[in-house]
This record gives sequence, structure tokens and C-alpha cells, in this order.
Amino acid sequence: MQTEPSKSTNPIRALCDQFNAIHIDHLERRWISISLLVIGLFVGIITIDAFFHGVNPPSKVETIDSASLHLSEEFAEDNLGVSVNQNGEIIIRMVAGRYSFFPKHIDVPAETQLTFRWVSMDVLHGVHIPMTNMSTMIVPGYVAEVSTQFPSPGEYPLLCNEYCGLGHNHMWSNISVIAKEDWKAPVKSSIKGDQQ
Amino acid sequence: MNDTVSRKLVLSHFWVAFVAFILACLMGEYQVLERSGFVPALESASVYFASVSTHGVLMAFVLTTFFIMGFGYTIASTSLKQPIWNQPLAWGGFWLAFVGVVLAALPLLTGKASVLYTFYPPIVGHAAFYIGATLLVVGSWVWCVIMLVMFSQWKKNNPGEPVPLAMFATTANAILWLWTSAGVAVEVLFQLIPLSLGWIDTIDPGLARTLFAWTLHPIVYFWLIPTYIAFYVFVPKQAGGFLFSEEMARIAFIVLAVFALPIGFHHLYMDPEQEKGWKLLHGIGTFVVALPTLVTGFTVIASLEIAGRLRGGKGLFGWILTLPWTNPMVLSVILALLMLIFGGFGGIVNASYAMNAMVHNTAWVPGHFHLIFGGTTIIMYFAVAYYFWPVLTGKPLFCNTMVLVQLWSWFVGMVFLTTPWHVLGLLGQPRRISTVVYNNLLTLSWKPYELAMILGGLILLISGGLFVYNLAKSQLQPVSETVEQTIEYAQPIHPVTSLPNYLNGFTFWNQVIAALMAISFGLPILQFFFMKTFGSSGWGY
Repeated sequence: MQTEPSKSTNPIRALCDQFNAIHIDHLERRWISISLLVIGLFVGIITIDAFFHGVNPPSKVETIDSASLHLSEEFAEDNLGVSVNQNGEIIIRMVAGRYSFFPKHIDVPAETQLTFRWVSMDVLHGVHIPMTNMSTMIVPGYVAEVSTQFPSPGEYPLLCNEYCGLGHNHMWSNISVIAKEDWKAPVKSSIKGDQQ
Repeated sequence: MNDTVSRKLVLSHFWVAFVAFILACLMGEYQVLERSGFVPALESASVYFASVSTHGVLMAFVLTTFFIMGFGYTIASTSLKQPIWNQPLAWGGFWLAFVGVVLAALPLLTGKASVLYTFYPPIVGHAAFYIGATLLVVGSWVWCVIMLVMFSQWKKNNPGEPVPLAMFATTANAILWLWTSAGVAVEVLFQLIPLSLGWIDTIDPGLARTLFAWTLHPIVYFWLIPTYIAFYVFVPKQAGGFLFSEEMARIAFIVLAVFALPIGFHHLYMDPEQEKGWKLLHGIGTFVVALPTLVTGFTVIASLEIAGRLRGGKGLFGWILTLPWTNPMVLSVILALLMLIFGGFGGIVNASYAMNAMVHNTAWVPGHFHLIFGGTTIIMYFAVAYYFWPVLTGKPLFCNTMVLVQLWSWFVGMVFLTTPWHVLGLLGQPRRISTVVYNNLLTLSWKPYELAMILGGLILLISGGLFVYNLAKSQLQPVSETVEQTIEYAQPIHPVTSLPNYLNGFTFWNQVIAALMAISFGLPILQFFFMKTFGSSGWGY
């Protein structure tokens, strides 16, 4: 049964011939078909969500010099926090550094599309608001952008979830999600200091 | 395995692995205890992270690599029935790897390399840590060369004959490991060692993470393949039956080796330095590699059913009861499969491109890999050690009941450790924290689960200690005459007399791997040289 690769010009055909030459039990064939169907179903759902519903992880390949954030226009100190751009979109610029997120506290509206832009000023960090999909790695040298909505108002913790040094577990803060009708866009430059 | 020299070679590898294992178990229990905050005197971030880093290196690099090398030498010499090729070279590989471990252990244990086993640049540890880890990998490459030489020599001397399944799979693992380790080797040699020695000022953490992702998925298959080999070549015989299909076993090992490699970006789903298209491509590949595990599950359970029915089992499930549950190998495979079902389910969640955001870097993830690696994989390492021990030492296991108690307690400990760990992840607890200081109501709900984890860790520590005790006691017991036991390989129901080339060699598959790696990692790596990037300077911790 030693089948040499046939001299046919089509190597794929030759491979198929070799595949057909081996013995596979009919039960095993059936199980493989079921497995392929299940895998196909999962992959199908994920692909459809990605292409048609735009459900993707944060993947904007955008570089930035983490060593000179304070000199950059976008992530300079008085430009951090919540802002509304001329299209009415809410952009939240945040800096992660050992061991805190800056600004320390922000108010955002519920049931509204929010775009977070995260940068690191030192090492690798990660940020997650538990039980939401506001999650991303913050890699120095890159801007991590996440768009999401929070369905219900409340106080949410913001936790660093990547080892960033011995004080890693001290790196956390809170974010207030406010009912949409109660939320007001911050006036430009009011984000300095504590808004509470 | 009939000469004392190669027995000594294998035993040396195994003892390094198991000593590393029991030290790491001790650290694991300390870590759950420290992290819970129930014992304030224990609290110390610097000790905790030194311990976590050492625990990870010992379990994931030292235990696995040394076990796999010893396992491979045993498989090669017994399945091919020929002595290990170039034993001085094999000893050279052993000592190289051993010196590497010692070199890495010094900064790890003194808190000079608390960068965790995944390195996390731009945090930088002591250069000796990276150099030691490199030597360990280079030592394992020596093993790969010996496996490849023995494989091709046997094929040359037995033209047209199917290479024994166990050796075929071991060679697949050696090839997988050579491909796998290339990514981290480039990261360590061109980024981490130069940065830690001050030869360069900055590195790109995005590139470093991409290179590490090259290694990070297939490395777990490097650890898992010996477990699957035991499933296919030892379990059916130990259960009293036959292997259901040898061809499917070979296909499973090939698909594992080929598709484990080009899919590492599921570790980077949440990362900003790679495009979503590449992540989706790797994500789809991740689901493809579930196929060989589903096939393995089918073949192993079918083989067990054959054994159970041959032993008189009747009915749909009656054959399960007639299996020899007191045989360590059979008990281990049953427990391993149970843990694989739940661990595999968790893995599907992690692999799910977007759903992963909910669990990424939460306690769910260490819960998952402790179940599937510490559970499924390691319990089969135990079973293999128990099976090889009389062959290696010439002495029987001193007490089978103690062996069964050890295996059951490992399973129970894993259930108690990993179930609450998964729940903690769903409750939002991040991984890699040394204490819980978040001033939030959420953290109150974490306490009972942390308590359960302490219990689970304690059971595992006792079980791990019992494992080492069982082996040491058996080896040290005085016996009047040595037992002559051999390693028996399971026969397939349909004996395989000849095979197509693609199921008996790796030339074609290496080309497939090269093509897939070029597709899935080519542009994602090259992009760092085409776009304007900014390096990061090194940081302490």
C-alpha cells in the first residue's frame, strides 16, 4: 500500500489519493464530520459578528512615543479625560502609569457609544472594567483604542490586569457611569483636578 | 532500555523535573495563601512576585522540558529497540540545560528577576535569568537533534516500514519544539539580553510580544504531546484492549504539530500592536487545532470501550465499570479526560475572538491553564512516571494504593483549586495580583472562593509530595532481586503494515509549517520595520 507521490502534475490530487488510501472507521468519519460542523459553527458566528456587526477586539495599530506623552498634543495633561469632538462623539483619553490611571476619576454617560484611547507612560499595563468588555492591553509605544457602551449606571472599578511592577495591585481607580439624561459634557479644560 | 547508562540518563532528567515540580508546588500554596490576605504576616509583594516568577519557570520550563527529554529518550530506545544515539551528546544537553536552570534560579530566588515566566518587557530582570533560560532551551535543542537522528536512522534501516507510533509522535514534538522555540529565542537574543546588559537602550515591546506569541501557543502543545502519546500508546494496552485507529492517531499528531504553530495571536487579541484581521485569522486557526483534541478524545474513549467490553462490560455505559480503575495509567486517563472536557470548554471561551475580552487577564485564565496543564497534562506525567519507574529502577512500585491515593487527590485538589479560580475571573478578579486592595464592594464576593483555593492548593501540595515520596521510596527500597519489566506499546485493531509517506515522515509537513508561519507571522513581524515605532527604555519593577 506504499503509495509514492504520483507523477501527476497535480500535487493536491496526489495528496488526496494518499489520504483516501488510509483506513478510517465509519464511526470516526462521522465524529470528525460532527466536530468539523461544531468548529464551523463557532468560526461562522465569530466571523459573521466580526464582519457584519463589527465585533472586534481593540486592534488599532497606532504608534506614539510613550516617553514624551507630556509633550504630545493629544495626551498632554490638560487634554486628558472625557471630551466631545466636533462630530459629537465622546472620546476619553487616559494615561496609564505606575501605579494609577490618569485622570483619577471620570464621569461617563450610560447607553452611549464611548471611545477610550489608552496610552502607557512607562511599562506594559492592562485595563479592565470587570463584567464589561472595556478591556485592553496598554503597550508602551502604542495607542490602545476601545469603543463600547455601558448599559447601566453605577460605580465601576477600573483595574490594571497586567503585571507592571511590585505595586501592580495598587493600580486601580473608579469610573462613574451616569444615566444618559443626567450626564453633561465637560466644558473644555474643566478636567483638571477632581470634578467631584 | 536495557542498559544502565541510559536508565541513569532518563532518571537524571526525571529527578530534575520532579524536584523542580515539588518546589514549585510549595510556592503555589504559599501564593494562594499570601494573596488571600488571611495571613497578614505573609504579605510581601517582592516575595510574592519572586515566588510567582519562580513557580512559573519551574513548572512551565523546567518540569516540562526535563520530563519531555527523559520521556523522549525512553520512547526512542524502547520503541525503536536501539540504544540512544550519541549518549555523551545527550549528557551534554542535560548538563547545558541544568546549568541554565541553576543560572536562572539565582536571580529568580533573590528577587532579581521578578518579571514572571513570560518576561513582560520593557520590565527588565537580571541578565543571568535570560541567559539561563536560553541555555535551558539550547540543551533541549540537543535532545531534538538526537530524536531526529534516531528517527531518520531507523527509517533508513527499515525502508518502507511504518515508524512506531510513539516515536513518530515524539519526533513530531521535537520538530514542533524547534519551530516553537525560535520565536522566544529571537526575542531573548536580540531584545532582552542586549537590553539587560545595557548594549541597547530601547526595545519595541510590541515586537517582543509578537515574538513571544509565536512561542506561547505551541509551547503548550510541546507540553501536552507526551500526554497524548501516553493516551494512544500506553492506555489501550494498560486497559486491556487495543488502539482504535493508528492512522487517526498519526493524523492527530500531525495536525497538532502543524496547526499549533501559526495561531499564537489569540494571546494578543487585546493588544494594540496587531491588526484585527491577523487576530481573526489566528483565531480561526485556534479552532482548527481543537480538531485533533476532539479526535483524540474519540479514539481514546473508543479504545477504552474496546477494553471495557473485552473485560465483560455490557450495555451503553457498563464498559466503564469494568475498566481496571486500579491501574494507575487507566485511572489517570479517566481523570485527565474529565479535566480536559472542562478545560477545553474554558479554552473555547478564551479562543473566542471577541468574548475573550470578558475574561482576558482575569483569574479565569490561570484557572484555565492550571486545569488543563496542571490537571490533564501533569496527571499523565505522573502516570508515565509510575509506569516507567519499575523499568528504570528495576524495582516495583512499593504500594499501588498509595499511587491511586496520590492520583485521586491530585484530581480533587485541582477541582478545589480551579473551579473557584474560574469563578473569581468571572467576578472580575485580575490575575497576577499579590493582594486585594481595591476599595470596592465587588471584592467582598471574592473571599469565599479564595478560601476554597487555599484548600485546593493544600491538597495539591500534599498530593505532589506523595508523588515524589512514592517514586523515591520505590527507588530506595531494598529488593532481593530486580524486576524485569518492559514498556509495552498498545497494538491497533487494524495493524498498520505500510503507510503513505505523509503519515510516516515530516518533510512535507515542515514545508506546510514554513508556509503557514510565513503567512501568519510574516507581515505582522515585518510591519514593525516598516512603520514608525518608538522604543521603550528598560524599567525595574
